[in-house]
Amino acid sequence: MSRIELTLNGKAVSADVEDRTLLVNFLRDAQQLTGTHVGCDTTQCGACTVLVDGRALKSCTLLAVQVNGAKITTIEGMANGEALHPVQQAFSECHGLQCGYCTPGMVMAVTDLLRRNPKPTEEQILHGLEGNICRCTGYVNIVKSVKRASELMAAG
Amino acid sequence: MYEFEYVRPKSVAEAAGFLAANGEARLMSGGMTLLPTMKQRLAQASHLVHVGPLGELKSITREGDMLVIGSAATHDQVQGSEVVGAAIPALARLARGIGDPQVRYMGTIGGSIANNDPAADYPAGVLGLGATVVTHLRQIAADDYFQGLFTTALGEGEIVTAVRFPVPRRAGYVKFAHPATGYAMSGVFVADTGSGVRVAVTGAGNGVFRWAEAEAALAKSMSPKALDGLALDASHFSEDIHATREYRAQLCRVMAARAVNELLG
Ligand SMILES: Cc1cc2nc3c(=O)[nH]c(=O)nc-3n(C[C@H](O)[C@H](O)[C@H](O)COP(=O)(O)OP(=O)(O)OC[C@H]3O[C@@H](n4cnc5c(N)ncnc54)[C@H](O)[C@@H]3O)c2cc1C
Ligand code: FES
Ligand code: FES
Repeated sequence: MSRIELTLNGKAVSADVEDRTLLVNFLRDAQQLTGTHVGCDTTQCGACTVLVDGRALKSCTLLAVQVNGAKITTIEGMANGEALHPVQQAFSECHGLQCGYCTPGMVMAVTDLLRRNPKPTEEQILHGLEGNICRCTGYVNIVKSVKRASELMAAG
Repeated sequence: MYEFEYVRPKSVAEAAGFLAANGEARLMSGGMTLLPTMKQRLAQASHLVHVGPLGELKSITREGDMLVIGSAATHDQVQGSEVVGAAIPALARLARGIGDPQVRYMGTIGGSIANNDPAADYPAGVLGLGATVVTHLRQIAADDYFQGLFTTALGEGEIVTAVRFPVPRRAGYVKFAHPATGYAMSGVFVADTGSGVRVAVTGAGNGVFRWAEAEAALAKSMSPKALDGLALDASHFSEDIHATREYRAQLCRVMAARAVNELLG
């Protein structure tokens, strides 16, 4: 067992975890933040993507102890009260989802993509989302959502 | 996963000492290969010794005609490094083509070449450029380091600390990526070095290898045409549901020609 201290969606959290506990299980089971999904559990699909110190990482392939001291943001930490985060707003406006299973991971990956490159080209969007699989949309509306989010964020 | 203890050493020396004292402990760098393997219970360890965050293993520097990349430098770091981009742009592009952004944030050059997956990208760059693998104990030439399917010259508890790349005149790397995993179904690295041409192939056989006929032909004439009709022994190529031996051999020829084109700019 190890003691970890994190800032989780802006709140200080400390907990004892088994060293083998995956971050995604810590979030879903111990913290009841079930918005972060497990799609494949084999590091392929990106449904489990969360932000660790601003960087999009696959939480099914990180140990909770490994991120001790980090700032973690999950999909639950994106909206500001009733106001959606611009990336969430864009997915909603552009119908960037169907079943929604991949969406939390997509939103986190897109947030990091736009942090690094606020005005990505279509090619850069496709390359930037290679770690996130969607079985429903065919990606067309996801790409639209990223472009829309980029506009919303530029407009402040 | 089976149970283990997580250990965060403060230095390479401390990690080496810990491994020497604990025979069942394993190194973890980015964890992008090790953790998935442990989750499937295909591997286990008494301790995971996490060297990935060690600052002393993360630096990327130019030392004269050498580019030195620390073993814990991530693919993301290498892809975006100005030092790498100026010295060996083909290597920066190779790193940019590994996996996906999330994997590139965590996965490292040291973990990749310690694992020596037969379809991984870095082995082609390290062998193609005739680099030297530096461990906490010694230096190993790439030609001696890679020994086939998931096998290297590393001994028990030996820690890769850096890779030293001689800066070539020019180089190119192109892979045919498996559409689902991104791993190479054939990837060819071509380098025009100060001391000759080197051609390394990954993804085709049971480990990275040099293609001697292509090296000789390109040394005479650095052009894709020089590769036409060259001998390529495909008898040891891998064959699976994705591709037959002959198909992989054909991909290898096409990737080699594209790598030469990239090298020519
Ligand atoms: C979805 C996905 C897609 C991928 N796509 C590609 C791809 O297209 N091309 C590609 O080349 N790779 C690909 N990879 C693999 C990726 O590049 C990994 O980063 C790499 O194989 C292992 O690096 P790591 O730092 O994560 O090593 P780890 O998983 O931490 O370690 C791997 C092995 O190396 C040992 N080790 C680690 N560090 C050291 C060290 N310093 N000295 C000695 N031994 C050490 C460990 O004990 C372990 O046995 C992919 C991985 C995933 C999950
Ligand atoms: S659940 Fe983590 S990548 Fe699929
Ligand atoms: S919306 Fe269903 S998986 Fe993406």
